[in-house]
Amino acid sequence: MAWPLIRLIPRQTHFRFVKWAPVAAAISALLIAGSCVSFFTQGLNLGIDFKGGVAMEARMPTPISGDALRTVARGTGAHDVQVQDNFGSPNAAMIRFLPTAGGDAIAEANRVKAEIISKFPGMTMPAPSVIGAKVSGELLMGGFKALGIALLLMLGYIWFRFQWQFGVGAVVAVFHDIILTLGLLSVLQIEFSMTSIAALLTVIGYSMNEKVITFDRLKENLRKYKTTPLRDIIDLSENERLSRTIITGSTALLALGGTMVFGGPVLFPLVFTMTFGILIGTYSSVYIALPLILVWGVKRGDEEATPIKLGAGTRP
Amino acid sequence: MLTLSRWKVTAVILSVIFGIVFSLPNMLPQKTLDALPGWVPHQKLNLGLDLQGGSYLLYEVDTDALRAERLTNMVEDVRTTLRNDQIEFGELGEAGGIVRVRITDPGKVDQAVSLLRRSIGGPLAGAIGGRDTSVANKGDGRLELSFVPEAAKADAVKAVDQSIETIRRRIDALGTKEPTITKQGSNRIVIQAAGESDPARLQAVIGQTAKLTFQMVDETVSQEDMIAGRIPPGVVVIPGTQPGAPPIPVAKRALVTGEDLVTANQEFDSQSGQAVVAFRFGGSGARKFGDATTRNVGKRFAIVLDGKYISDPRINQPLPGGSGVITGNFTPESAAELALLLRSGALPAKLNLEEQRTVGAELGADAVRAGAISLAIGAAAMFVFIILAYGLFGIFAALALVVNVLLIIGIMSMTQATLTFPGIAGLILTLAVAVDANVLIYERMRDEAAAGRSPMSAADTGFRRAMVSIMDANITSLISAAIMFGFGSGPIKGFAWTLSIGVFTSVFTAIIITQVLIGWWFKTARPKKLPIA
Repeated sequence: MAWPLIRLIPRQTHFRFVKWAPVAAAISALLIAGSCVSFFTQGLNLGIDFKGGVAMEARMPTPISGDALRTVARGTGAHDVQVQDNFGSPNAAMIRFLPTAGGDAIAEANRVKAEIISKFPGMTMPAPSVIGAKVSGELLMGGFKALGIALLLMLGYIWFRFQWQFGVGAVVAVFHDIILTLGLLSVLQIEFSMTSIAALLTVIGYSMNEKVITFDRLKENLRKYKTTPLRDIIDLSENERLSRTIITGSTALLALGGTMVFGGPVLFPLVFTMTFGILIGTYSSVYIALPLILVWGVKRGDEEATPIKLGAGTRP
Repeated sequence: MLTLSRWKVTAVILSVIFGIVFSLPNMLPQKTLDALPGWVPHQKLNLGLDLQGGSYLLYEVDTDALRAERLTNMVEDVRTTLRNDQIEFGELGEAGGIVRVRITDPGKVDQAVSLLRRSIGGPLAGAIGGRDTSVANKGDGRLELSFVPEAAKADAVKAVDQSIETIRRRIDALGTKEPTITKQGSNRIVIQAAGESDPARLQAVIGQTAKLTFQMVDETVSQEDMIAGRIPPGVVVIPGTQPGAPPIPVAKRALVTGEDLVTANQEFDSQSGQAVVAFRFGGSGARKFGDATTRNVGKRFAIVLDGKYISDPRINQPLPGGSGVITGNFTPESAAELALLLRSGALPAKLNLEEQRTVGAELGADAVRAGAISLAIGAAAMFVFIILAYGLFGIFAALALVVNVLLIIGIMSMTQATLTFPGIAGLILTLAVAVDANVLIYERMRDEAAAGRSPMSAADTGFRRAMVSIMDANITSLISAAIMFGFGSGPIKGFAWTLSIGVFTSVFTAIIITQVLIGWWFKTARPKKLPIA
């Protein structure tokens, strides 16, 4: 009987996860380098939360032509105009621009709004959203501060629950996840807003969750098999929790998949980031956190285990 | 662990009833809900501004302006105090936040210092006997007066508190839907108006300081003096509110201020039929106003609003009753608005609008619809998947998940925690992590069964061993939620709330509810084999 499907997953697998760690490390290093290049050359596509600026929503009883709206909006003399048509519905669009530095942003926003409305009969626009440079700078700082503190507290918790090697492994892996996620947002120029910080925190949360589950099993096996080499124990622990990883990961992706397709333009950046985070968090548990522990060695029983060098010649 | 203890079964039944009763108002049409008796919970989910549409305004108290104004007043206070006590002085002025004055008679320096220490400034909030100004003797008769460092902060806090009071009075008088007004940090005020997609009316009443003063016009200063900049000390030139009104010189020190007003109303002038604002001073204000008008009959005074004069009438007769009218080029609406502002009192300082966010009701409705659809699809996909994967135990997990959703919605409705757009995403993630708890338990059971334990013992050990991982995972989730709550702004806080409520309900439903269901199944079916082994 094929149902329940869990029976289809082999009871015991013998994948050699550790063997592929050097390859994974090389790929990760490349991706991190790529992310950094993109991050420092084209940067993040900061939304008005963090850059300051004006955003306003336009609505018509009939579908809005993005091109026509763009031409009119640029014609008002506003700087850096971006128009996103089909915003949740073909009859809606989102217009963003930067106000003139040092000017009255709200007055300018109202002027641009009035000018656009005069060109499109039947168009309605609620009052524009305006965020000053002062507030947006503070929001960005606050956001990154929150990320930093979250990481530190989690490092502390893992250190307290396991050993320092585990804590460092987990934090390095989570950093890896954050850098790659930011890199992806930068490469694809997906808008980075206040909710992106929430998404990043979720990525950290999920990734940490993965690490904790992995470590729990590793810790248990370290106690169970006192003499088996560390790399074999890591492979064993990974194989043991493989079915759990597959099922939990698939469930989370399925749940987010619905939102990605039907969630609309406001939720999309958030859900996209979370989805990527789940994939990368799963990957980094196996290929960043665990190999790092292998490199540093762990305390087993009373004496410190000797660190095992990666590469040829050390195979037991 | 699989024994069906009475408390576990009771907890499960109670939680299911609780979840249904408190989340029900969200699923019933409003009419049915209104018809229900009063003891049934009526609270629905409290949707954030991003979901129901509305305006968010963030104002910052202009503390620099507040300080500048207090320094100007200090200069005038020093002048009046020294004059009243007939102490000769010169070189009075303010620069860089310090007021300097030189006492010309060396014999009176000490007297001046103690006099100024006594009478300038006010008591410092929070320090008994402390004063907010310090007077330093720099030798050679030179005195320096400045505010102590704590005074600036105390002023800002006081200004924010007063502003909130004033704004509340103004908005109440407008009679619109009640917005929430909260303090943020030390010098900011946040106003959230749900369902208000045009904050222009709010801004009109909040953005104006509405500081009303009556100041004597200095008729000794001629037009030529003003052009040449020959302005005597203690006099300032101010513009008019009407376009084209000539600037006029007025005494810096106000005769009376709007603080002493007891009432102000829009009325129509009996002769011209023009809209005017009628006002009345009370108590000491009326006496001051009466005295000033008696003393200055025949002279002109300016009625000044926020540094611009509305009119500069001549005092024809003393006005001992303390009441009068302000005429200007008012329409009935602008007169009514000014009357409202005067009635509700002036703001202690100018408020600068730093952030304005508006979400149209339609975009909000789109968001709710999109969120609900995606939540439903996500949940359905999870149910199907988990049931396909784990069979009967999958059904148990799905049931636990349903109770979980009911509990989250119920608790959020009951506590009126705000559900924001990111909160919906938080909800989806919570469900995914809740499933993870069940997956951990079931995988553990499979391991234990494979290791040769009997079904009952495997199930029991599975629950016990998986607990450790589940706790670790959920504590790390709580940590990130706590951070988001402490640092985030509105929508992120909503996300953090949803996440933390979800952590508690998930642990409860994934562990207790599945335990009772599996325990009950063992009792009735007496299985020889686990369905997932």
